Amino acid sequence: MIDQPLFHYALRLGDDSLILGQRLSEWCGHAAALEVDLSLTNIGLDLIGQATSALGYAGDLEGAGRDADGLAFHRDALDYENCLLVEQPNGDFGQTIARQFLFSNWHWLFLSALAASKDATLAAMAAKSVKEVSYHVEFANDWMVRLGDGTPESHQRLSAGLDWNWRFVEELFIGDDVDNEMVQRGIGVDKASLRAAYDARIIDVLNDANLPVPKKHRAITGGRRGHHSEHLGHLLSQMQFLQRAYPGASW
Amino acid sequence: MYTTELQKVSALDNSLSADPPELVAAFEARVAADAFIEPKDWMPQAYRRTLVRQISQHAHSEIVGTLPEGNWITRAPSLRRKAVLLAKVQDECGHGLYLYCAAETLGTSREQMIEALHSGKAKYSTIFNYPTLTWADMGAIGWLVDGAAIMNQVPLQRTSYGPYARAMVRICKEESFHQRQGYEIMMTLANGSAAQKRMAQDALNRWWWPSIMMFGPPDDNSPNSAQSMRWRIKRESNDDLRQRFIDVTVPQALALGLTLPDPELKWNEARDHYDYGPIDWEEFYAVVRGEGQVAKERMSARVKAWEDGAWVREAAAAHAVKKAKRNAA
Ligand SMILES: [Fe+2]
Ligand SMILES: [Fe+2]
Repeated sequence: MIDQPLFHYALRLGDDSLILGQRLSEWCGHAAALEVDLSLTNIGLDLIGQATSALGYAGDLEGAGRDADGLAFHRDALDYENCLLVEQPNGDFGQTIARQFLFSNWHWLFLSALAASKDATLAAMAAKSVKEVSYHVEFANDWMVRLGDGTPESHQRLSAGLDWNWRFVEELFIGDDVDNEMVQRGIGVDKASLRAAYDARIIDVLNDANLPVPKKHRAITGGRRGHHSEHLGHLLSQMQFLQRAYPGASW
Repeated sequence: MYTTELQKVSALDNSLSADPPELVAAFEARVAADAFIEPKDWMPQAYRRTLVRQISQHAHSEIVGTLPEGNWITRAPSLRRKAVLLAKVQDECGHGLYLYCAAETLGTSREQMIEALHSGKAKYSTIFNYPTLTWADMGAIGWLVDGAAIMNQVPLQRTSYGPYARAMVRICKEESFHQRQGYEIMMTLANGSAAQKRMAQDALNRWWWPSIMMFGPPDDNSPNSAQSMRWRIKRESNDDLRQRFIDVTVPQALALGLTLPDPELKWNEARDHYDYGPIDWEEFYAVVRGEGQVAKERMSARVKAWEDGAWVREAAAAHAVKKAKRNAA
């Protein structure tokens, strides 16, 4: 018998990291300076590594012979369960930084809590990932302040990027049946309980960046049940192209 | 090669006339004794100019070189391949960074060098003006292009300019992983399905000649080589390096069960080397002139990244100034 809730929980963990890692890898060779290029791809590499572990675990739990690659390359959008925030397009650097800022601060809180999971595998993965994500938070927070404080143009671009991504923040804190069961079994994280700490963290940075705290946006949800933005299908069609074009080949 | 002299240098440029002869003599004696020249040391003007040209061209090659491989990162066929390729391209970006820093010790800024690249004044390796058409190109580039780069860079660890030599030591440490991941991709494809094998052979066919051209024109047609050798900026001749590359690489191709696109290639017992067919130097010079198939794409991608990033660099600089003022207050 597959432990369905646990399977989905591991899948979501992997999908968040995979999709954001894929997005960041699009920057490779195109950033504003070599140092920024290196940082963005470094974060991308961490996330792809995290996705490989989490999806591998999901595949083991499923027991249907799908490994991490099977899950990454052979699911369509309806079966992807990442949050909507991570699939948002890179836009300009301001939009990329705003997305990273909003996600990494949540990711860090989520993983810190997950490190106490009763599921030993998830706990170990979370403990390892949270160290990497500390750096992602530092990078994103620093750039928020630089861009917010820098020039009128950078301030304006960052505001627009924040505005674009802010719509998808509510979803990060909304639990569903899977979350509820995982919390009850001492495996998962009560997402709503992270909200106060999250707000405190981001308000601090927004203040330093001279940016107003955006007004609460009506929750746009759907990622966790496979209802995504229009962007995800394009991301997948690119990412999955070789696996789809040459079924059964190994690479 | 990344470091092959691709620019015409005027005789005036290369003359030593402005330099005091006794200083030149002392300098040449130090170089001949294999001492490292350091940024604060006296050096002939032509030595400085040649180094700036060579190191910045090398740096540009690393950076432009991230584009053909970057083209496949989002389409890598497995999570492991994606991570490895991303790490590899990131290394190249780091190499560019070390090399710009080494060149900056000679008194030109990174911005000046980048301007020279974007205006077409500075060159970069011809190899990156060929397109990456299939996944097998990731294998062929790692195996052949990084393989050729290693051949060229290993002797440069003993090049006479200290910061350049030390950058090469760091770079060479990372290069063997680059070649290994490329060869591993080729091996997987060569042992895969018929379609994969076709991909691998096609990539080898396309990348073979451009790779051996990377070592630059034949020695008898390489006018600046002699002085660069005397100054130990360059330590081995183009043809020697090319021959060594071919001798090492041909057996690797045969081990993959692939054929090389040179009907005249054969082992010469007497020379103890492979003989190879004539190289199409006209093609090489055309690519040097900027007529490579994707030269426009490569340059426009670099210029776009630089221009799109201007506001980011300005913001970082403005914030740093404001922060320093606040801290001083
Ligand atoms: Fe390199
Ligand atoms: Fe390399």
